[in-house]
Amino acid sequence: MVSDYRIKGETGEWEVVIGLEVHAQVVSNAKLFSGAATAFGAEPNTQVSLVDAAMPGMLPVPNRECIRQAVRTGMAIDAKINKWSRFDRKNYFYADLPQGYQISQLYHPLVGEGEVTVLLDEKDESSARTIGVERIHVEQDAGKLMHDQHPTMSYVDLNRSGVALMEIVSKPDMRSPAEAGAYLRKLRAILRYVGSCDGNMEEGSMRADVNVSVRKPGDEFGTRTETKNVNSVRFVMAVIEHEARRQVDLIEEGGTVAQETRLYDPDKNVTRTLRSKEDAHDYRYFPDPDLLPLELDDAFLDECRKSLPELPDAKRKRYELMGISAYNASVLTAEVETAGWFDALLSNDVDPKQASNWVVAELFGALNRLGVSIAECPVSPAHAADLLKLVADGTISGSIAKTVFEKMLESGDPAGAIVEREGLKQTSDTGAIDAEIDRILAANADKVEQYKAGKEQLFGFFVGQTMKAMAGKANPQIVNERLRAKLS
Amino acid sequence: MGDLNLKTLTELRDGFRAGEFSAREIATSFNDAIVAARSLNAYTIETPDAALVAADAADAARASGDLKPLSGIPLGIKDLFATEGVDSTSGSNILRGFKPPYESTVSGKLKAAGAGMLGKLNMDEFAMGSSNETSAYGPVISPWKRNDGGNAALTPGGSSGGSAAAVSAGLAPGVTGTDTGGSIRQPAAFTGISGIKPTYGRCSRWGIVAFASSLDQAGPMARTVRDCAILLENMTGFDPKDATSLDLPVPQWEAGLSSDLKGKKVGIPKEYRIDGVPDEINAIWDRGIEWLKDAGAEVVPISLPHTKYALPTYYIIAPAEASSNLARYDGVRYGLRETPEGGNLDAMYSATREAGFGAEVKRRIMIGTYVLSAGFYDAYFNKAQKVRTLIKRDFRDAFRQCDLILTPTAPSAAFGLNEKMSDPLAMYLNDVFAVPASLAGLPAMSVPGGLDGQGLPLGLHLIGNELDEQGVLNAGLAIEERAGFTARAEKWW
Amino acid sequence: MSVTEKDVLHVAKLARLALGDAEIERMVPELNNILGWVEQLGEVNTDGVEPLTAVIDNQLRLRDDVVNDGDCRDAVLSNAPDAQHGFFAVPKVIE
Ligand SMILES: [Mg+2]
Ligand SMILES: [Zn+2]
Repeated sequence: MVSDYRIKGETGEWEVVIGLEVHAQVVSNAKLFSGAATAFGAEPNTQVSLVDAAMPGMLPVPNRECIRQAVRTGMAIDAKINKWSRFDRKNYFYADLPQGYQISQLYHPLVGEGEVTVLLDEKDESSARTIGVERIHVEQDAGKLMHDQHPTMSYVDLNRSGVALMEIVSKPDMRSPAEAGAYLRKLRAILRYVGSCDGNMEEGSMRADVNVSVRKPGDEFGTRTETKNVNSVRFVMAVIEHEARRQVDLIEEGGTVAQETRLYDPDKNVTRTLRSKEDAHDYRYFPDPDLLPLELDDAFLDECRKSLPELPDAKRKRYELMGISAYNASVLTAEVETAGWFDALLSNDVDPKQASNWVVAELFGALNRLGVSIAECPVSPAHAADLLKLVADGTISGSIAKTVFEKMLESGDPAGAIVEREGLKQTSDTGAIDAEIDRILAANADKVEQYKAGKEQLFGFFVGQTMKAMAGKANPQIVNERLRAKLS
Repeated sequence: MGDLNLKTLTELRDGFRAGEFSAREIATSFNDAIVAARSLNAYTIETPDAALVAADAADAARASGDLKPLSGIPLGIKDLFATEGVDSTSGSNILRGFKPPYESTVSGKLKAAGAGMLGKLNMDEFAMGSSNETSAYGPVISPWKRNDGGNAALTPGGSSGGSAAAVSAGLAPGVTGTDTGGSIRQPAAFTGISGIKPTYGRCSRWGIVAFASSLDQAGPMARTVRDCAILLENMTGFDPKDATSLDLPVPQWEAGLSSDLKGKKVGIPKEYRIDGVPDEINAIWDRGIEWLKDAGAEVVPISLPHTKYALPTYYIIAPAEASSNLARYDGVRYGLRETPEGGNLDAMYSATREAGFGAEVKRRIMIGTYVLSAGFYDAYFNKAQKVRTLIKRDFRDAFRQCDLILTPTAPSAAFGLNEKMSDPLAMYLNDVFAVPASLAGLPAMSVPGGLDGQGLPLGLHLIGNELDEQGVLNAGLAIEERAGFTARAEKWW
Repeated sequence: MSVTEKDVLHVAKLARLALGDAEIERMVPELNNILGWVEQLGEVNTDGVEPLTAVIDNQLRLRDDVVNDGDCRDAVLSNAPDAQHGFFAVPKVIE
């Protein structure tokens, strides 16, 4: 399916072509090439080894876990894993780059081509798009510069220097901000399922270089610009919109798009030139002579594969096969924590469809109201399962369940205890129900007349009155049955 | 007791153990000799107290029967090795005053084996040079003089020129050197001592300032082959901190020494007969062949067809790696910083590096940067790495026909200071015989073969197969026994 | 391939060397000499030859994911030309 997102220009409609290079920080205790810690927020330069500070004679030794996480990530997007890869040096000078080069992978990346499938509309399978991934390589992060501490100096903190990153390079397969947004969200979900990146964009664990060009539909690719280090899905989409518009306007005014690196200013919502092509770095990549080629054996790859969890797409399909709606399945699998919570709920032998409806409607509503994430949900999956079972076996009605759930959220008590304590059990005692029905029919003789004369919508009134009289605890099915019998 | 500083390392070790003299006496003898020889400029930093502290520990160890392999032996350490708390500057202004908060694996191993440190040894800046004239501390003067009645100051070779001069002049019984393209072997040859570069990966590179990472190897230099074997045993070994370190046990090279070469085949590569090389070099080579035959070896002609291309290959790969390795000297975290008035970060980088690096280092950074720059990578660097594969293959093929290879170490004897400084290519040719083994990562050694007509030492060069340091040492010993090289520079300093 | 003064300036800029005029002038013929000499490698037929990757057969070892280094700020900053408040200070960088 071809995207119909178009930029309207003076000369007609333009198509936007988007590729994303996502830098994702690998979850590991130690850095990619040293034994220094990676934790966020430490005092400046306290998580720096002599290797990270590029002291003379220091040497890198790669961290197995970082390699493993990148391989697992590659496997999660069905990518080719290269059993033979190499680290290269990317040479440039900057104050946050102690070695004067970044150890990265250019010529032989660890992971080759893969793909990510996204749904543009969660309710609609036919809105699926497959975005190609060109490669994933492993590289070092740089340090951090602080510009606001001193009037004439910048301060260098190397705590991040040497932290492992995966650079996930997409193909130029996206054609709208929505596709790019969906791709980023899906990629983030996959990384979090795999556990290879925490996906925390505020802390910089994930950031994207956004490559944008425009063309008349069917034409060759136009010249692209690269906007660096965009750190939210919303900003990525804004950059694309802004950059596409800018390029179209530029071309239509007779200008040409310069191949350049740009920066996004979220406060002003504009991009501006960082480096022109003439100033572009000449990185002088060459294989890092401090490191031998990285060769992975089958045992290592087997372990990586076996340790992969069920991934979002597979989970969604499994849910749908259980009778869960496409929408619910999509929503429930979007975040690893949600899926984990829901799987825990399912493991308590509840009806999947009922459970999914309850989670999407009741649980999400409650979490929203409370302003907490599912990880902080005050009700455990086991307790929620108890509640659902009380509804399923007729112990309480659906409406009483809502009341019980509120009390569970407040008290943390199990559903059964609340029902017991508050006397909320549903009654199927036909004698008691009959007695109330008789009383109500007698008190509303006029309405009974009208009903019998054909005003059938009054049936609901009788049900409502009966339920009210029974304080909501009457089994609605029995109420229905008895009412019909008595009114016929 | 006099002249302890003129004894070999083995003699000192054994004499100390036998109670003939104390470690303190040894250290004092060398400390005094070093002070007396300052005109040679062999040491950049003297650490007499460190030598004495280790000596006293050795004396105590002897008293308590806790002797370590190098107890009582003081050593000189090339300035390329990081030594904790002691200036480690790689002969460069850009690292002037740099005191590492860490100790290189190799020097640490030597110290752990009981050795003391006499000081840091002068060297070509960042090990780039073959005459020690590129040092920020000025050239080292060879203790050797020509016998022509003139008094020309000669080079001890380089880059381990301070190391070579120190051993040769009795300023250390043994020293560390490093060899990227001949920097142990050529100075050893120029000063009439022995030096061995082991197989790439035997010595950890951790804490040794990098010149060209795929080539750099540390090794010992000393008066005799046995001295070298003793030191080598205490320098090598697996280091998890160096990803290129070989995870192999350290052989007992000293115990394995034997000059009986029966059953060994020694290859003589025809490509090492080069036009323009003095007859005396070829004559000493021929003598070496005879000595090895006399020791029982069979001599076979071999071919290393890509020999001619080794030097140009080296002068692409080494500067390329160096240009990147030396990028960290930027004035931010250590070493020199030059900040031009009102200059930005880039101005600081450029001014710091301009002021901190000497001419040869800049030249190599320029070459290395050029050959890696956009559009040239394939034509230069990648091409050179392919030729390097062929050079490696040449040796592999050769070692199917022989166990060892014998060549001259250098194409000339020591030359005078300033004779070659203005002609980089002429300087580079010094390593024409040494570089191929470096490119192939093979163990190689220079041992003294004799004196030339001017009374200057000439070295013979033995190249072994991967990991066959023992074969190299044994052949070196066979030559040493037959050459009877006892000449020393007459003391003039 | 001949190196011009402009090339030397460009390479010097890449390498962050503020070469003086005399140095540049001297370096043009020197680099041409050296590069002209290394270009003899062009004679060698390297068709189908892989560039050398490891000079001695050896496997890249990987380290365990254990924090056993860092937390040594004093050592890291001990040689700094200008350390302030636990940071390395450099002339202001404007982005
Ligand atoms: Mg990028
Ligand atoms: Zn990157």
